[in-house]
Amino acid sequence: MADIIVSDLVKTHPGGRRPATDHISLHIPDGEFLVLVGPSGCGKTTLLRMVAGLETPDAGTIHIRGRDVTHLSARQRNVSMVFQSYAIFPHMRVRANIGFGLMLHKVPKDEINRRVARAAELLNLTDVLDRHPAQLSGGQRQRVAVARAIAVDADVLLMDEPLSNLDALLRLQFRSELKKIVNQLGTTTIYVTHDQAEAMSLGDRVAVLRDGRIAQIGPPIEVYDRPADQFVGGFLGSPPMNFLPATVESGAGQARVLVGTQRLAAPGQLTGFAGRPVSVGIRAENINVSDTARDGALAAQVEVVEPTGSAVLLTVQLDGIQLKVQTPPSFATQPGKPVWLTIDPKHMRFYDPDTALALEVAA
Amino acid sequence: MTPADTPAPHKPARAGRGRGARWRAVGVQLACLAVTAFMFAPVYLVALAALSTPESLNRFPLSLLPTDVSVETMASFLTMGGVLPAFVNSLIVGVGTLVLSVLIGLPAGYALARYVFAGRDAYQLFMLLTRALPIVVLSVPLAQLFLTTGLYDTTYAVILLHTALALPTTVLITSAVFVGVPRDQEEAAQIFGATPVQAFVRVVLPQALPGIAAAGLFTFVTSWNEVLGAAILTLDRRTLPAQVLSTLGASPLTYRFAGGFALIVPALVFVALMRKYLLSMWGTTLR
Ligand SMILES: Nc1ncnc2c1ncn2[C@@H]1O[C@H](COP(=O)(O)OP(=O)(O)OP(=O)(O)O)[C@@H](O)[C@H]1O
Ligand SMILES: [Mg+2]
Repeated sequence: MADIIVSDLVKTHPGGRRPATDHISLHIPDGEFLVLVGPSGCGKTTLLRMVAGLETPDAGTIHIRGRDVTHLSARQRNVSMVFQSYAIFPHMRVRANIGFGLMLHKVPKDEINRRVARAAELLNLTDVLDRHPAQLSGGQRQRVAVARAIAVDADVLLMDEPLSNLDALLRLQFRSELKKIVNQLGTTTIYVTHDQAEAMSLGDRVAVLRDGRIAQIGPPIEVYDRPADQFVGGFLGSPPMNFLPATVESGAGQARVLVGTQRLAAPGQLTGFAGRPVSVGIRAENINVSDTARDGALAAQVEVVEPTGSAVLLTVQLDGIQLKVQTPPSFATQPGKPVWLTIDPKHMRFYDPDTALALEVAA
Repeated sequence: MTPADTPAPHKPARAGRGRGARWRAVGVQLACLAVTAFMFAPVYLVALAALSTPESLNRFPLSLLPTDVSVETMASFLTMGGVLPAFVNSLIVGVGTLVLSVLIGLPAGYALARYVFAGRDAYQLFMLLTRALPIVVLSVPLAQLFLTTGLYDTTYAVILLHTALALPTTVLITSAVFVGVPRDQEEAAQIFGATPVQAFVRVVLPQALPGIAAAGLFTFVTSWNEVLGAAILTLDRRTLPAQVLSTLGASPLTYRFAGGFALIVPALVFVALMRKYLLSMWGTTLR
């Protein structure tokens, strides 16, 4: 039962003007895979290092397995970590690097060999086991760091962007490998990434950090589908969520929003906000595009056409508002052409334009 | 590493560039040879004189090749009163200084490299300042102090002086070396179960060893060559340079060459012994 409870963790680095983590509280149940995402400098590494015991918090506590570890050294916490900078040992061969933790824990020789071989196999490192790190590519070094971390039996696995240095193909391959490995190990894991796809596909839950605070935490689909504020919607997903400035109108028992000069059907629950300005959040893939005029559709003009292979990404102009729209690859259009957009009200999210927080509109 | 692992060297695309590069390589080689010859010539001449018969030294023109080799000069020098004990004293002082300055300097260098503490910058500056004092200025009050404490005319006195002289460089070199070993490697070692001492011994020390060897080499050679302080602080327990210096005026030419040779050889041997560590340092930092 290696659950992690982080309470009110505050840390300001010496010389830092604002806290790197600002009253962060988290409960990570045993065996959960939590993904941390957030813009550069938002405090992900700092949080991870505090859980690892490499950094002492200014305030707050950390419990692992119900034990208060806030003031224990890293060695006493039984955690394992992949460093953002790899931190593999250049004077040791790959084999010794991967077996380092096992060797320190006095695991018998043949057991070490067995587990090193297994970790190396999982990460495609079998051919380079007898090399020194200087003779490896960046991606191989990173995999050595991952292999070293999964070779030991730790209560908690901390990974700081462990796949960042792999090419797209390898990353995709290792993403599924990693998911399998961590599932087998069943270790409670905190995983930091910049990669949207990794965050969505790996995590049991995703926590979005911003300026040292948790902006939202929840299952990936929920965070993606119902961003708690505009920042999360704009950060997760590529392209980011569209936000349309609009005004709520209601008449004849039906809610509508006025976008530019055009009107759009909205969920009925919005009637309570009649007359107020709102920001309508909508994902690019939830906008339907047609090249023929339709009743209730928004007229827009195509500005940019970007085929991505599996889809075509359109940048369109709607009464002076720019929108990203995703269409099937079969949709043929050109810059300057008119298109008509329809949006299912159930995909619309509404935000307060002042606070950027989601409005309570059950859809 | 097998040859197959290392990529073939990149071939210059155009012949013109290739020729230019080759000439440059030749130039570099020639420059290296010139510097080596410049450094080696005095060593060679001293060795030649020390290993020839005393008569051949007075011959004109002097032969530049070892035509009549003999150990006569060296033998008479080494059997001369006080030379062998002085040689032993020098070894004791050199090794003692080496051990003491590494024992004190290593932790200091580590602290400078890893921790921010009050007065850190002032400390660094202060250390350099100790080198600003001439040895003579230091030695006289030290002689006074050692006379009152009964340390005067012992190898300990010289070891203490040489350690004081060597410490600033030891501390600065080792701190630079420790800075070169990223801190997160130590942290990684601790995450995987190492105590701070284990992390230092298993991760930092192996990588710092070449630098520490360089600092030690420097210390030993400095101590071996230091003459002024050693001459002031001792009377009977002279180190070799002090012994040679004090008898220099009243000794024949052969004695001087033999003394010079006896001073050079151990330092060269020491460098040769340390070579492995020095090379591996360059090997890793140049990679
Ligand atoms: N050792 C340090 N000393 C001072 N400030 C630091 C230190 N380490 C981090 N910071 C600051 O703390 C904040 C959070 O840093 P942190 O490394 O946790 O960011 P991160 O989310 O991991 O970013 P990235 O995605 O770029 O790795 C940043 O503003 C950073 O400048
Ligand atoms: Mg980071």
